[in-house]
Amino acid sequence: MSGHSYDAEQYWKANLRLIFGSLIVWALVSYGFAILLRPMLAGISVGGTDLGFWFAQQGSILAFIVLIFHYAWRMNKIDEKFGVHEE
Amino acid sequence: MSQFAINLLFVGGSFLLYIGIAIWAKAGSTKDFYVAGGGVHPITNGAAIGADWMSAASFISMAGLIAAGGYANSTFLMGWTGGYVLLAMLLAPYLRKFGKFTVPEFIGDRYYSSNARLVAVICLIVASVTYVIGQMAGAGVAFSRFLEVDATTGLIIAAVVVFMYAVLGGMKGITYTQVAQYCVLIVAYTIPAVFISLQLTGNPIPGLGMFSTHTESGMPLLAKLNQVITDLGFNEYTADVDNKLNMVLFTLSLMIGTAGLPHVIIRFFTVPKVADARWSGGWALVFIALLYLTAPAVASMARLNLMTTIYPDGTAAAPIEYEARPNWVKEWEVTGLIKFEDKNEDGRIQLYNDSEAFKAEAESRGWNGNELTVNRDILVLANPEIANLPGWVIGLIAAGGLAAALSTAAGLLLAISSAVSHDLIKGRFNPEISDKGELMAARISMGVAIVVATYLGANPPGFAAQVVALAFGIAAASLFPALMMGIFSKRVNNKGAIAGMLSGLIFTLVYIFVYKGWFFIPGTNNLADTPANWVLGISPLSIGAIGAIVNFAVAFVVSNATEEPPVEIQELVESVRYPRGAGQASDH
Repeated sequence: MSGHSYDAEQYWKANLRLIFGSLIVWALVSYGFAILLRPMLAGISVGGTDLGFWFAQQGSILAFIVLIFHYAWRMNKIDEKFGVHEE
Repeated sequence: MSQFAINLLFVGGSFLLYIGIAIWAKAGSTKDFYVAGGGVHPITNGAAIGADWMSAASFISMAGLIAAGGYANSTFLMGWTGGYVLLAMLLAPYLRKFGKFTVPEFIGDRYYSSNARLVAVICLIVASVTYVIGQMAGAGVAFSRFLEVDATTGLIIAAVVVFMYAVLGGMKGITYTQVAQYCVLIVAYTIPAVFISLQLTGNPIPGLGMFSTHTESGMPLLAKLNQVITDLGFNEYTADVDNKLNMVLFTLSLMIGTAGLPHVIIRFFTVPKVADARWSGGWALVFIALLYLTAPAVASMARLNLMTTIYPDGTAAAPIEYEARPNWVKEWEVTGLIKFEDKNEDGRIQLYNDSEAFKAEAESRGWNGNELTVNRDILVLANPEIANLPGWVIGLIAAGGLAAALSTAAGLLLAISSAVSHDLIKGRFNPEISDKGELMAARISMGVAIVVATYLGANPPGFAAQVVALAFGIAAASLFPALMMGIFSKRVNNKGAIAGMLSGLIFTLVYIFVYKGWFFIPGTNNLADTPANWVLGISPLSIGAIGAIVNFAVAFVVSNATEEPPVEIQELVESVRYPRGAGQASDH
């Protein structure tokens, strides 16, 4: 096991980086665009209202789906790269 | 064929299907009973999670909440979906790798403490029981409206059906009935929405129709809606909120709470591999989004439909006469969920916002108060009638509402019964129990849980509506942080975890009780539940997120002041982080 410890550490760091990046986007589309930054996006109109409203009712959900699939796809690659994937 | 016969056909047909699945998917071992044998395909699991998650609240109540609150209630849409990002990245894959049967079992092993496990069991049972009451009550409402039976009789019929597939099949039976229930509920939700979207905007996809042009007026649908409701003194549908801090914290509490609810987490234990746990998180959200992207469209369109039904010649003209009210209003009046009182005795229905700001305008039109109250829960259920859809769509809605309530109830009941039989009976009182004995114990706990849930559903405590907030608060403030720290920190030890869970939980409960009454007993609240009294404007419903922060902070401080966890625990943390070997770990 000790021979793998360096790789294992790198693997975990790669996972943490990916999670961190994903959660920034997660927070940006929901707490950012849909709530706190909504007044700043008020100028961009979408179907009778503004972009912030769209993010609050639909855009954030679509972004969440993309985030999870992206994470699953990237992590499976990282699993293989570090040789910790399941047979 | 009468509407009653059609409803009976749809509901009865769907129930027969669920019972058929129960007989086909009988559990033979505890592994079948707790995790469906561990061989569920990630897409199948995604659909099952969708039904497990989408409750009577999502199916029946959510569109009504959004219709009433507009933009401000987008919190439910984001909060009840954003939690899946946390689940898929922070919890599910690692808990699947751990490869045991229940959520308290992970907490007990990771924090090498049967007391930590017991705290987790208590949190799980309180959160799940409060949640299941709402499901049973929802099933009762659907029965009494569509099948013209007394709500209690309806509940007992529903309980017998759940009993058959949940007790016989455990997680295995529940998984496949949940997939069937997902199909029933999504078809039932979507079809009326498509018709209404076509009628109002000509666009067959409700989620797009909501942002397109209202055919009749030529204006964007949401702009038309804003105009109609502001003419009647309501706030704009798309109006921004002032208290952004509370909106952020409420959304965050729902997200963290979603990720910490045990009945959702255990569904991820049923897939064969760690990679499958990640994929099923994505698929689950796809299946959930099919309903959640339609719900805001249903909300805005139904609100507009309601207004144009009452004011057919525009808001400046007189509203309709009570005698000329459409049929669906008459039918829902019978249930008491729509009420009319002719306050100015002109025989017409005045529906408007009874606010100070609108008072002068109302008086000048000879109005003497709002005359129509519409319970927001009927919005989805009455949708097909409002849009004049054929009878079979109404039957479908009845079956869909019941599918949503029963699938969530079954998932919750499994979480409760496995905590009792696996964590309490096997884990604490009788570790030597055989697999057969434990399976029997699991079945008996399930049976008892169903009886208790049915009783509470038929006689809901007065605080039933408030306790759902309690379930999310508990899951957010106690379970989620303990699980996450158990995976992402090797340093958090038994003392830190227990201190963290208890302080997060107590902090959250005290804040809720101060405003809602101690143990929800009316009149025992210390402060009136109004925004002016809330600390920093944070509502008691939003406090779970702060409770979670308290939990994290206390756990870190206490752990760092006490000894490191033993080496074998640090190795356990290490092992859940790496997917390799997940297959073997589950065969214990």
